[in-house]
Order: sequence, then C-alpha cells, then structure tokens
Amino acid sequence: MALADMRPPIESGCPDGFQYMHPVMVKNYGNWHYHEHPRPGVLLHVAHSGDKIWTVKAGTQRILDVFTLRKLCQIGDEQGEGFVRFTLRSNIEYMVADEAKVEPLIKALEDAGFVVGGTANSISTLSHTQGWLHCDIPGTDASGVVKAMMDELIDDFKNCRMPNRVHITTSCCQINCGGQGDIAINVQHTKPPKINHNLVSNVCERPSVVARCPVAAIRPAMVNGKPSLEVDEKKCICCGACYPPCPPMQINDAEHTKLAVWVGGNHSNARGKPTFQKLVAAGIPNNPPRWPEATAIVKQILKAYREGARDWERINDWIERIGWPRFFEVTGLPFTKYHVDNWRGARHSLNASTHIRF
Amino acid sequence: MADKHHETPMLDELENGPWPSFISGIKRLRDQHPEKRIRDVTNSLLGQLEHSYETRKGYWKGGTVSVFGYGGGIIPRFSEVASAFPESKEFHTIRVQPPAGNFYTTDMLRQLGDSWEKHGSGLVTFHGQTGNIMFIGTTSEGTQHFFDDINEYGWDLGGAGPCVRTGMSCVGAARCEQSCCSEHNIHRKLLNRFTDDVHRPALPYKFKFKVSGCPNDCQNAIERSDFAVIGTWRDDMKVDQAEVKAFVAKKGRQYVIDNVTTRCPTQAMTLNDDDTLTIDNRNCVRCMHCLNVMTKALSPGDDKGVTILIGGKRTLKIGDLMGTVVIPFMKMESEEDYDRITELGETIIDFWAENGLEHERCGEMVERIGLVNFLEGIGIDVDPNMVSSPRQSSYVRMDGWDEEAEKWFARKQEEKRARA
Ligand code: HEM
Ligand code: SF4
Ligand code: SF4
Ligand code: SF4
Ligand code: SF4
Repeated sequence: MALADMRPPIESGCPDGFQYMHPVMVKNYGNWHYHEHPRPGVLLHVAHSGDKIWTVKAGTQRILDVFTLRKLCQIGDEQGEGFVRFTLRSNIEYMVADEAKVEPLIKALEDAGFVVGGTANSISTLSHTQGWLHCDIPGTDASGVVKAMMDELIDDFKNCRMPNRVHITTSCCQINCGGQGDIAINVQHTKPPKINHNLVSNVCERPSVVARCPVAAIRPAMVNGKPSLEVDEKKCICCGACYPPCPPMQINDAEHTKLAVWVGGNHSNARGKPTFQKLVAAGIPNNPPRWPEATAIVKQILKAYREGARDWERINDWIERIGWPRFFEVTGLPFTKYHVDNWRGARHSLNASTHIRF
Repeated sequence: MADKHHETPMLDELENGPWPSFISGIKRLRDQHPEKRIRDVTNSLLGQLEHSYETRKGYWKGGTVSVFGYGGGIIPRFSEVASAFPESKEFHTIRVQPPAGNFYTTDMLRQLGDSWEKHGSGLVTFHGQTGNIMFIGTTSEGTQHFFDDINEYGWDLGGAGPCVRTGMSCVGAARCEQSCCSEHNIHRKLLNRFTDDVHRPALPYKFKFKVSGCPNDCQNAIERSDFAVIGTWRDDMKVDQAEVKAFVAKKGRQYVIDNVTTRCPTQAMTLNDDDTLTIDNRNCVRCMHCLNVMTKALSPGDDKGVTILIGGKRTLKIGDLMGTVVIPFMKMESEEDYDRITELGETIIDFWAENGLEHERCGEMVERIGLVNFLEGIGIDVDPNMVSSPRQSSYVRMDGWDEEAEKWFARKQEEKRARA
C-alpha cells in the first residue's frame, strides 16, 4: 500500500462501557444495596430501587476460538438477555433481570461444556498468562497448566467449600505477568543463561542488557574475538531478566527450568493489609502435558487450608494465625535454606522475638 | 480432500478431563473452519505448540510490527521454526482496549469475532493480565486490516512497550454495593487523557492505571499498577441496626463474634447485649471485612472519594512493590475533581519521565530517590497516612526541623479555616 492510501487511526482510546451494560445496571448505577448468593455460580444484586439483577458466572478455556465465542453469544441471546462481562480471571458473566432465566442459562452453559461456578468461597479459574502458545520468553506453557489444574480443581470451582475465596495464578517466566495469588505456580530457573556468543553483538544492545541484571552479574567481554557478554555464574541468580532484551542469552532449559509454588499473596485490604506471596516449594519438574507434580502440591496445600482455616480466612490469614512452622508441618512440605530470604529488606522476615509455637 | 495434520499426541492429552479444552477449540478451527487459511494456520500452530511440549522450549521471537500512525499496541511474533510450521510463521497478537468494566453485548462480541475471523486466526482472549482483549495470531498485513476494521466501530489499540498501558476497572458501581466511586468514569478520564502516551511509547518504562471501587481491590490495583485509585469514604459507615439484629438472629452471637467483631483489624466494633453493633468510626480503617460479611446491614458512608497509591509493580528488577499512599483522600464528584486526578497523573508521569532511569518503573524510582523527594517533585505535602510508622533510624540530618514543623502547623491552620 502506498503511504497515501494508509488510513490514519481514530484515537478513540478506552470505549465507554455504558453502551454495552445491561439496562438495569445502567439504571441503578451507583445505587446497589446488597447481594446474595443463591447458589454457586449465581449472584443476586438488589438495588435501593428494589430492582434485581442475577449474574451467572462460568469458566471457559480462555483461549477462545470463534466457534466457542459464538456459542457463548448464542447462549447469551437465547437463554440470557444479551449482556455479558468478563472477570479478571477470564470467567464470563451473564446478567439477567428475570429470575426465570437463571436455571435455563445454567443448563445451557453446562450442556455446552462450560463450568458454572467461581463465586464466593470457591477456587476461581487460574489466572493465565501466554506461555508457549504465544509468548517469546516462556519457560513453560500457561493454557496447558491451567487446563490440567482446573481439571483437578473443578469440583471446588463448582462448589463453595473453601474457608474463603481462592485465587490461583501462574507465570511462565520469573518476570511474572501472573500476579500475586493465594497460590502461585511460577517458573523458577535453576541454571545461568547459556550464551550464544556468535549472536550477541548483532542482536543485543549490550549496555542495556548489563543494566538489566538485578545482581550486576553481566559484563561486556570479547569472546572468540567478538564483542559479547559474560555472566559471573557465582553471582547469577538465574532470574532470566537478561533473556528478553538479549535472546542469545537462553535461560530456558528443558531440564533445569523448574516450577516453584508460592502462597499467601492477597490483593485485598480486608482484615490485614495486602500481602505478597511467599515461597513454599521449588524444584518441581516442568512436566507437560499435565504437570502432575505441581498439581499434587497445590492440592496438598488446598487440603490443609480447607481443613485448618476458619471461615473468612484467606490462605495468608490462615498461615498468619497458625504460623509458618505449622504450615510446613500440615502440608508436609520441606523447609530448606532457600526459604530464608536474602534479598533487600530480608531482615524484616526474620523472627526477632520469642514468639514460637510449640 | 481432508487437510493433512501435524501429529499432536501430547496436546491430545489436554482434550481429556472435564474443564473446557483450548486444544479442542483450536482443533475445531483446524477441522471445521470453512476458510483454508484458518485451517492451515491453526494446524501449523498446533504443530509448533506440540514441538514446544516435546522439547520444553518456546519458539516465538519478537520483532517490530505496528499499525500506521502508532508505535505500539501489537506484540509481534515470528516463529523460529517456520520451516517446519510455515503457515503460522507470523503470529502477532493485537492488544485492544476493553470498555471500562469489561462489558459487552453479545452483538458486539459477534461483530469483533467476525472481523477477527476475516483477518486473523480466530483465536481471542478476554482478557490478558494487563486487561487487553488479546486477538492472538495474524500476519503483519492482517494486523493493519483488522485494526482498520474494528477502529471504525469504536475500538482502539492498547499499550505495549514503555508507555501508558491499558487500564482496568472493577465491575464497581454497575453492580456492586461496596462501590465508592464511578470506576468507569475515572478509568476513561485517566486513560483517554493519555491516549497519545498509550500509542507512542516514549516513557522510561510501562505505566499502569487501575481503579477499584473499594478497598476490596478486586482489580488488584495496589500491587499491579503504578497509579492505583481505590474508592473509600470518610464519614461514618451506615449501619442498619434492624438488619444487624436479623443477622445475629440468623447466624448466632458466637458467629458474629468469631467472624465479624474479633476480625476487625483495629478492634473498632462492639456487639452489644441487644444484638446491635457499635462502630468506632474514627478507628475503622475501611478494611471492608465487616461490610463483606454483613452486606445487607453495613454499607459505606455518604462522603465518598478515593485513595491514590503510587508505585505498585511486579518483580523485575528490585523485587515486588506495593503502591504507597500519596493521596489519602480525594473527592471524586465534580468536573474539577476529575480534572485534578488527571492533572495528578500528568504531574507524576512528567516527573517520572524526567527522573526515571531507562527501564525503571515509577515505584522503583520512588524507592531510589525516597518518597520525600518524589513528593517534593510532584508538589504534595507529606502526611502521616503515607507511612506505617515514622522513621526508626537516627541517621538523618534534620537541621530544617523548625521550618518543617512550622509548615505542618500552617497547613493544619489552613485546613481548619477551610472547614469553618
Ligand atoms: C518480552 C517480553 C514480554 C512480553 C512479550 C510480555 C507480554 C505480556 C502480555 C501479553 C501481558 C498481558 C497483556 C495484556 O493484558 O494485554 C503481560 C502482562 C504483564 N507483564 Fe509482560 N511481557 C514481557 C515482558 C515483561 C517484563 C520485562 C515485565 C516486567 C517487569 C513484565 C511484566 C508484566 C506484568 C507484571 C504483567 C501483568 C500486569 C498487570 O496486571 O497489569 N512483562 N505481559
Ligand atoms: S509470565 Fe513471562 S513467559 Fe509468561 S507470558 Fe508473561 S512474560 Fe511471557
Ligand atoms: S539470569 Fe538474571 S542474574 Fe543471571 S545474568 Fe541474567 S539477569 Fe543476571
Ligand atoms: S473493588 Fe469493591 S467496588 Fe469494586 S467490585 Fe470489588 S468489592 Fe465491588
Ligand atoms: S471495615 Fe474493617 S476496620 Fe472498619 S469496622 Fe469493619 S472490620 Fe473494622
């Protein structure tokens, strides 16, 4: 196309959501009174005006093919009222003002293979990054991990048997597009990058790669007569941060790229302040297509949480009450030297008291 | 004649089990789509993905692709194993900004699906972790055509690269009784002020806005955005004592003591002998717990506004950071209030653009220069709500003490006058 034929963009930015919102929600915007939870997967919101809206929530495969997208739309047209939204964890929500539509909507969704649930004290869909399907730096897949784990956790998506809601996240590199989670399953590399010195000077902007390293382990060097980069392998923490700006510094390894599990990340301000997740297990094999070892550890933690936590305790609240030694005892996970933090601010994580549970 | 398919024994395993399978979905496109281009692309994609599963390696590399007039918004993907899987050798992702609150009509979803089917692979995600609709898989040419198509009916690209990124907001006022602000208006006001910075990456690094209507922070704003806007209120919470009594009658005193009053982080609630609640509103930190448990009986007050926290981000490079309170409370009602919040965004982005190092998030800059220097840079006074505790180290030079104390008293006087 010649430049003259190019169409200048309309810089409209973020679209107005009101045009796609259910009329009952538009009418009662900012005037909701309370909500109830008639059954797993269904919410009833009641406005001060007395108006009601039912929400039916369902899990999908997230990577939607247009056939699946159209199926979801068809259900929304035939059994719903044509208005939907997506949650942060990629669940679809159908809003209807007519209670009689709720049961048929659930049935249509379930008949089509979608999973109704994900509300209140359930395990919601794992939040999901890109992985091997379409990222350029992944150590593992994302969609496959989520699918394999949700196959095992589906009963707790459909039911509300947990002490409080459970948000699980995954990340397929140590940069972590996935966020904090009650449980997070993240890639953890265990060996320094393998450098293809022939390519570095062509592909990488060396000073910015040097600057990227969190522990200053990279320095410029001449290798085989070519300008390249060198890694001090004693210093290197195998984080992979050099890999995105310099793909010849391959960090992913079929054997040594492992998975680690973290717990207790909580974004909410409810009860305590928001918390970061903490390392509990590592060295877990990156084992496609179904990652059974990682799933087993996640289930072990969930079982201990479900048995031991009180109502309304998120995983971080539960551990704060019972203490970390008890957490390792009830989950059967090993406590190692790698659990003791040595990054900046680490001192705050040491026990400077005699508060010990016996 | 049937198309020839790559063998996918490992991916086939992901068709088993009760959760919906993305592999079955991609295969549906491969097997049933009327258009050969889509059948071929998805076959090739499955082949490459199977190869990744077998070798435990990724095979996409980045590059530069954008649409006419913009610098960002496309995530270019070129295959490193294109000779084996040529039909998906270009497989770019297009980031499109969703409407505030992620609302869609089924008609609009169909229209987007139709456009995407014309120009792309037919695979789409609602939404990526930054909040974009991700249209996954097209060629450089398809990128332009698809964008031209959807841009005509109201959709614009999101951010990618060192720029203002796509924003996110919770369902909020549209359907939630806890909402203390108009999340969607704030989201759009902020983002659409920075449209140019979304489309033309020229900042030190990414900058994200997220809006949650209350401290439950369903949008994960404090930890996942550089500029977190959280709804709150500063008068007394509303207590419907009849509903409190009904709740106690239904659940029992023990339940209310164990699950409501003793869970309050500041011991701000008392369950009285007559089954009503007394709230010490001066010491309530608006954590939301009691309102979440007793949604019918307890509600936010009427004097609503927002708290703004700056500097949340994930691990790279100095470790995860939560945002820090920079504005403890701000009304969010009038046009001027909305102007004030966008001005604050401008001031912060300008200061960071000038003082941030390359690839340094705003929160990392604050960590490096200290909160006080940051506040001075953006013209905001210190406030005890910004810290968990005052300093504990004596290693600081304090010869400006008297003037600083004077400023505090003057400010307090000023506030008193303004209230009178
Ligand atoms: C080559 C590089 C990278 C690619 C291809 C990539 C891709 C992505 C994608 C597709 C998303 C979801 C986007 C969306 O919703 O539209 C995302 C989110 C995210 N990325 Fe990256 N990313 C890259 C590098 C990084 C780096 C270097 C960092 C870190 C510092 C990072 C941190 C994040 C975070 C924290 C999120 C989600 C945050 C949120 O909730 O807003 N990514 N990334
Ligand atoms: S977590 Fe890392 S590897 Fe996975 S999608 Fe995000 S940037 Fe890519
Ligand atoms: S892997 Fe991380 S620590 Fe090691 S050299 Fe690269 S950036 Fe530095
Ligand atoms: S953040 Fe608050 S207002 Fe927004 S959806 Fe969550 S509970 Fe409701
Ligand atoms: S909102 Fe939180 S801090 Fe305030 S009274 Fe309720 S439980 Fe206590």
